[in-house]
Amino acid sequence: MLAYVLRRIFQSLIVLLAVGFVAFAMFSFVGDPVDNMLGQERTQADIDRLREQLGLDQPFIVQYWRFLEQAAQGNFGLSYRQGRPVSEIIAERLPATIELAFVSGFLAFVGGVGLGVFTAIRRHGVLPSFIMTASLIGVSLPTFLIGILLIYIFSVEFGWLPSFGRGEVVDLGGWTTGFLTASGLKALILPAITLGLYQMTLIMRLVRTEMLEVLRMDYIRFARARGLTEKTINFRHALKNTLVPVITITGLQLGSIIAFAIITETVFQWPGVGLLFINAVQFVDIPVMAAYLMMISVMFVGINLIVDILYFAIDPRLRIERSVGGH
Amino acid sequence: MQLTHSKKTLRTMLMTAAVSAVAISSVSAETLRWARAGDSLTLDPHAQNEGPTHTLAHQIYEPLIIRDMSGQFQAALATDWAPSPDDPNVWVFNLREGVTYHDGAAFTAEDVVFSIGRAQSENSNMKELLNSIVEVRAVDDLTVEMVTDGPNPILPSNLTNLFMMDSGWAEANGVVEVQDVEGGETTFAATNANGTGAYKLVSREPDVRTVLTQNENYWGIGQFPLAITEIIYTPIQNAATRVAALLSGEVDFIQDVPVQDLDRVANTDGLVVKTAPQNRVIFFGMNMGAADIANDNVDGANPLADVRVRRAMNMAINREAIQQVVMRGQSQPAGMIAPPFVNGWTAEMDGSVSTDVEAARVLMAEAGYSDGFSIQLDCPNDRYINDEAICQAAVGMMAQIGITVNLDAKPKAQHFPLITNGETDFYMLGWGVPTYDSEYIFNFLTHTRGDDRGSWNGTGYSNPEMDTMIQSLASETDLNARNATIQAIWDDVQEQQLYLPIHHQVLNWGMSDAVGIDVSPEDDPKFKFFTMN
Repeated sequence: MLAYVLRRIFQSLIVLLAVGFVAFAMFSFVGDPVDNMLGQERTQADIDRLREQLGLDQPFIVQYWRFLEQAAQGNFGLSYRQGRPVSEIIAERLPATIELAFVSGFLAFVGGVGLGVFTAIRRHGVLPSFIMTASLIGVSLPTFLIGILLIYIFSVEFGWLPSFGRGEVVDLGGWTTGFLTASGLKALILPAITLGLYQMTLIMRLVRTEMLEVLRMDYIRFARARGLTEKTINFRHALKNTLVPVITITGLQLGSIIAFAIITETVFQWPGVGLLFINAVQFVDIPVMAAYLMMISVMFVGINLIVDILYFAIDPRLRIERSVGGH
Repeated sequence: MQLTHSKKTLRTMLMTAAVSAVAISSVSAETLRWARAGDSLTLDPHAQNEGPTHTLAHQIYEPLIIRDMSGQFQAALATDWAPSPDDPNVWVFNLREGVTYHDGAAFTAEDVVFSIGRAQSENSNMKELLNSIVEVRAVDDLTVEMVTDGPNPILPSNLTNLFMMDSGWAEANGVVEVQDVEGGETTFAATNANGTGAYKLVSREPDVRTVLTQNENYWGIGQFPLAITEIIYTPIQNAATRVAALLSGEVDFIQDVPVQDLDRVANTDGLVVKTAPQNRVIFFGMNMGAADIANDNVDGANPLADVRVRRAMNMAINREAIQQVVMRGQSQPAGMIAPPFVNGWTAEMDGSVSTDVEAARVLMAEAGYSDGFSIQLDCPNDRYINDEAICQAAVGMMAQIGITVNLDAKPKAQHFPLITNGETDFYMLGWGVPTYDSEYIFNFLTHTRGDDRGSWNGTGYSNPEMDTMIQSLASETDLNARNATIQAIWDDVQEQQLYLPIHHQVLNWGMSDAVGIDVSPEDDPKFKFFTMN
């Protein structure tokens, strides 16, 4: 067990290093930060001085090594754009993204499971067909279009919900939350729907397929034969057996919700890490880009590591395979 | 000037003008919620030389001299200024009496000496504007002398974004030095501010929200409308969201209204769009200096080195079509690369171009390129209004005279290094002139590229005679002689067709019709001039 976990952790570290390597190799193609940092009146001497100061005159391998050295000591450098420590900026922005991801993940799960069960049980009829058709829109429409549409309808036409920002937030010792104010909650609705819609339709279609599969199983027929109520069959027996793969997928999707909140955050001017990353790319703010990419890869690698370890704990076959592999 | 004002806009402007006299006396609490695409980068007034950063700083800090909303000089912390009668190398500034910083400290000549010195230091981004200043001395508490390395007739133009900081506050908070990006620590001045301006900083979350409140001890109370008592500034990056926020009434004032949404905003009850020419001209540059260029299909020669080719290209561009189709009327066709308010601009030069494809073809044939050639055009896609679309239009226009243009549009962070590193042969650039004087344009765009000057001259053009004339502008005190030199340089620039001017950009501000203000050419609202009704 321990050897397996250690090997997994070692592999994860290699993945992280590779992500950082690729990221730093790419940064030189994003543009030249020096041009953004100095005004249009700068001279060649200023450019050379700043480039040397920032170490941009070094090959990317050296820049990457410096980054690793600093990062190992918990120092991610100063943002070129804001002139503040990157760790401070990310800590300031992370709560916004996590709250948004959490709410949209929750919406996606509840809505997806509910609608999935409904369309699986009632396969015919106007409403289920409508939901199935509408779910295609959720899968196929790009996020920014959904966001703009929602803003147009609910902010501009009806004036019910805010079109941008987080509303009033309450600072709980370094964690800013929008859950405690009315305007904060209102501000969450549109971005959460926009971000969660794709995941919701995905979960819904998954639940429906799994559920249809399960409903054909023998034990469901026996349950029917026993005279159990439809409600008990559908929810106690069928849904329970459907949920195992759904929960796995949802867990993995939560990672991608955080990682891909970029577009939603840009449309709604949501002050999270995704918006921070977009600004960083436009400005060629290398320290912020590097820290963000490393953070996202740590998150993905972490989730996968946990899943692997859980599988190991749950699935006895993995353990047997190990002893067989010893031959 | 052919700008499309809606009648409604015009009417509101007239009404606002009539009401503004009344509004000065009103003292009710008025909050202005303001949005624009980008945020200020830092509150340190000398760390960045960049538009949105200066705009925010202008509310909190003040320079000695400001430009009012129409671009004219106005006394701020200096009440008057003039060259010294005894020494042509010295400018004398008389400072305003009784001005205090937000923390209560008095503003004195010592602060001017300190602030100029700070802005000239190694890490300051403002230092290039102050190159000519050798020494700043405080004669007494309210008089400052600036000594320049030669007579500098346009020194005041370089001081309009040069903010005054309290030396005592800077020392107490350890911000005597401008922040050093690689220094490893953020500075107090980047996130805190103590100026003399009409508004005080209440709170600031970078990229999210900045709140300012009126300074009740401001020296200008009674002299300016000061109708706005609180400002809430939110950057909204996405243009559609920004417009939606204005339409839904969540903000009162936005800069950067996209041209396709102008009608939508203007036709909404309670909203107006105001328009004015911006201090920025858009043009194409060509690499004429190289013997052969890399991005064309002509071997062993550089077609752009031939002035006939450059003139033909200039004639091929249909500026009216770009104005009507690409810009939806929101631009002013240009014949020279200086905005209209700049000293040296003439209506004659600016109106000198006309589209003539036939004549352009003849010129191409004379130059030996009757079959044309192909070349790559480098264009930004996130810097100027509809920049990529302008380039696409130019591709079609160049094709009419046989030039096959391959368009390569990129984000600005990748585009501008091509120009400054001399890696492009045909490129788009926009230029604003903060000093309102042609010398600034010549220094950066037509002088031979060197250490001090010509850093944005991507054309490879080098003319020692012109360089001498440009350098003489810095110290020529006889304004008539100086203007004659400026005209002579412009004649050369036009004759040689160093650049292909496209148009002057037009600025659009969208706002609630309660807000009274006209658009400033620098795109920098100064809220003390705003009225509300």
